[in-house]
Amino acid sequence: MSFLASLFGRKTSAPVARDRLQILLAHERATGEGQSDLLAKLHEEILEVIKRHISVDQDKVQVKMDRGAGVSMLEIDIEVPELKGKPGAKPSLAPDTAAAAD
Amino acid sequence: MAKVLVVTSGKGGVGKTTSTAALGAALAQTGKNVVVVDFDVGLRNLDLVMGAERRVVFDLINVVQGDAKLAQALIRDKRVETLSILPASQTRDKDALTPEGVARVMDELREKFDWVICDSPAGIERGAQLAMYHADEAVVVTNPEVSSVRDSDRIIGMLDSTTERAKKGEKINKHLLLTRYDPARAARGEMLRTEDVLEILSIPLLGIVPESEEVLRASNLGTPVTLSNPSSAPARAYFEAVRRLEGEKLDISVPSERKGLFDWLFKRSVA
Repeated sequence: MSFLASLFGRKTSAPVARDRLQILLAHERATGEGQSDLLAKLHEEILEVIKRHISVDQDKVQVKMDRGAGVSMLEIDIEVPELKGKPGAKPSLAPDTAAAAD
Repeated sequence: MAKVLVVTSGKGGVGKTTSTAALGAALAQTGKNVVVVDFDVGLRNLDLVMGAERRVVFDLINVVQGDAKLAQALIRDKRVETLSILPASQTRDKDALTPEGVARVMDELREKFDWVICDSPAGIERGAQLAMYHADEAVVVTNPEVSSVRDSDRIIGMLDSTTERAKKGEKINKHLLLTRYDPARAARGEMLRTEDVLEILSIPLLGIVPESEEVLRASNLGTPVTLSNPSSAPARAYFEAVRRLEGEKLDISVPSERKGLFDWLFKRSVA
């Protein structure tokens, strides 16, 4: 059955399910046993450092995550307000992006 | 005017999360702004069924407690742009959901979306009560099986007594969604028939979702069945259910699998 199905192009779905679960559970187990989740910690500390230097509106911070098997992405976009004392300076709208391999 | 819909059942494993995902994706495909909200704190699974499990940063509890803004916690679906997910927390702290906090989040969701679909946890306790409290409409997911029907009866009673609308003396629209239905077995008298369930529960029927291998395939892939295979029997049942939710009057039928030429040949070759 599965041989015929794969022969005719319809992929079986169970291997997809297995892969998705393996990735998910690897992350959940790592965080469940008291070990801190690296991505969560990075996220927290990066924001702390930024808050120390500039006051950022929570609404202007977008955090995106993509947890993968080999590589995970943590993407933090912060809209930095126009810096004082630099009249005419362009607002630095380019998002600061931090990416981390897990 | 936004509508809040709770998908509930009392009994576990009858298809609440599957139905939430399928109905949400079907509604969003009509162009409506839809958010699906996972109320199953501690045992979240809506993210997994929707294929967003790797993208969760913040959750409902973070928003309720003010640690994150709603916009930060909402995950935009990658396939349908009008569909968003608000995941539940995986931490075990169920008491973190306060009625006031949930009320605030629901108000905010009502402003942003046309439909707010709340996936209730199983059971009849706090979590299930919070999920249904703000609902304007309820989908009661029931299997044609005695314990499921009994639990649905219990949930219908709660919808009529403990929700905000009930307390204000207003009506909450209840709809029965019969899932995992097998017409052949019902015809042979091996399974409760639709009429039996309707007679016992006496709430209007929203749809009959036939037992189908497509449902497992959809959850394997992390894609609601109304996206993974829109022409399959369960998907058509959900699309029709959505049209009824939007007020259309349609005759109820049990969709069956349409066999394509390939399926037909394939079935023959292995038979």
